[in-house]
Amino acid sequence: MLFPTLFGVVTLVFFMIALSPGDPARVMLGERASKEKIEKLRADLGLDKPLIQQYGLYLTRIVRLDFGESIKSGQKVWDEIKARYPATIELALCAMIFASVLGVWIGVISATRKNTWIDYTSMVGALFGVSMPVFWLALVLIMIFSVNLNLFPTGGRMNLRLFFQPETNFYLIDTFKLLLKGEPEYFLSALHHLILPSVALGTIPLAIIARTTRSSMLEVLKQDYVKTVRSAGIKEQRVVFRYALRNALMPVITVIGLQFGMLLAGALLTETIFAWPGIGKWIYQAIEARDYPAVQGGIIVISTSFVLINLAVDVLYSVINPKIRLQ
Amino acid sequence: MNSTETLNTINAPAAESPLAEHWHQLKRSKTAMAGLIIILAFILIAVFAPLLAPMDPVAQNIEMRKTAPFVSEYILGTDDLGRDMLSRLIYGARISMTIGVIAVGIALFFGILIGVISGYYGGMVDKVIQRLVDIMLAFPYILLTIVIVAVLGPSLTNAMVAIGISQIPRYIRIVRASVMAEKESDYVMAERALGASDFELMFLSILPNCLAPISVQATLGFGSAILESAGLSFLGLGAQPPTPEWGLMIASSKEFVTSAWWIVTLPGIATLLAVLGFNLLGDGLRDILDPRLRD
Repeated sequence: MLFPTLFGVVTLVFFMIALSPGDPARVMLGERASKEKIEKLRADLGLDKPLIQQYGLYLTRIVRLDFGESIKSGQKVWDEIKARYPATIELALCAMIFASVLGVWIGVISATRKNTWIDYTSMVGALFGVSMPVFWLALVLIMIFSVNLNLFPTGGRMNLRLFFQPETNFYLIDTFKLLLKGEPEYFLSALHHLILPSVALGTIPLAIIARTTRSSMLEVLKQDYVKTVRSAGIKEQRVVFRYALRNALMPVITVIGLQFGMLLAGALLTETIFAWPGIGKWIYQAIEARDYPAVQGGIIVISTSFVLINLAVDVLYSVINPKIRLQ
Repeated sequence: MNSTETLNTINAPAAESPLAEHWHQLKRSKTAMAGLIIILAFILIAVFAPLLAPMDPVAQNIEMRKTAPFVSEYILGTDDLGRDMLSRLIYGARISMTIGVIAVGIALFFGILIGVISGYYGGMVDKVIQRLVDIMLAFPYILLTIVIVAVLGPSLTNAMVAIGISQIPRYIRIVRASVMAEKESDYVMAERALGASDFELMFLSILPNCLAPISVQATLGFGSAILESAGLSFLGLGAQPPTPEWGLMIASSKEFVTSAWWIVTLPGIATLLAVLGFNLLGDGLRDILDPRLRD
């Protein structure tokens, strides 16, 4: 299942890019370049060969994880991805932690106080959350919290006055080492820069998780075993958190996995607003510049992560719910 | 078709038709009615935009630029080029509704066609279609639309087409599942025995019974099409200036977060309200049409 899907994705990406209008050689050399120069570059890039031969070559390289070199920067696409993907993953992870913790909590509260004002407010809030454009929310957050209240930076990953050499490009990991050495300002600055973009990016998943948790929790609370536990005189709070929540979380985990996979690409708009040097923004710029190898490499890496995350969710699901393993 | 009609009359319950019954339930659902009212309001605004808009949405008045709301004849203020915000928002409703209709139309047409074929015939046809759907769903949605727009070239029309295409897989899945659930039913068997063709069975007998989940998805899809086109326009891949499209208005407001809050907030609120309408109605419809979720 995994490999045919990935093969299909790789093929689709290749032909969609190859058939799109615009000649990368011309884009690189500019409109005034001579015909000979363009022809030579096309030959160097292998663009003069028949399409099917280009496709064959491309496949053999992909298998070796060789995405070629970026037309725009001349660097290896894989190296560029390694420099940018961690920024996106870090942002998406923080957004998901924010969304999952708060979302499950709101969902449980709403379910246990069904049809009270708390329930109505949270569910109306959740509906607003899924109905607003992310990039608009990001702008409004910047307007309120950065510009007017001056609480958070408007963008970037780190205070530029702190000269900082990242190793892994996961800033929280890199700066944590410095924190242990007694230099907390780097870690705090990275965290400070993460808060607003995480809230903006996490709002839609937050709303979806809260709604899923609520309906799943309501379903579970109706079941016989919950009534049995209740009649045994166990405190309601313990019934909810110890007995009901475990089963209610099953569909929530699926939603969390799916949303996380989508955030990796969906971060693009948030990255653009917060000047976050992630992979979404990089792919978007590559599309604009007709930088084919970069676009192909970027999309393949994101799609692969997406498929792998879904696979991981399935595995996790069977670990939590032993019934599925038996089947 | 005479034989089929007789059959339907025999089977029909003495009570009211399902459609009328659903309408009664819809009227009782507060969420659905709130959604419906919002949607109707936006449709009216879209249709009568030229009558409602106090000014020309693209006319510039440089002297009056960045005028705050409620201080001049520009009720909701003006943008950085002195264009009337209210008129631009009203015309924006027209554009967003068009986007929804076209994108959902494309997705519905191909989604239903392919989904019905996939579910009805099964076997090899179904396998191939489902593999293709898997591949499309493995693509992160936003990248799929961006790549399609990049292939077609950035414009509002192409953005609508791209959003429509990338929504097709959802409908294929939903339609296929409900067709597979319906196709072994007694009424289908009976009509088949009476000599109905595959086409009649697929589109005249089975499809009308699959409309419930499709209408829920289409309502929610309408809202997400509006959101996505705003996103594409924000990236410069959809509507082009000076079109009064909401996403584009938000995009061009980026530099005014420090100086003119209304240019930033108003188009976002308009988008939010319109999408909220479709989400409310979609939720209401799902509660009514999916008996499993009924309390």
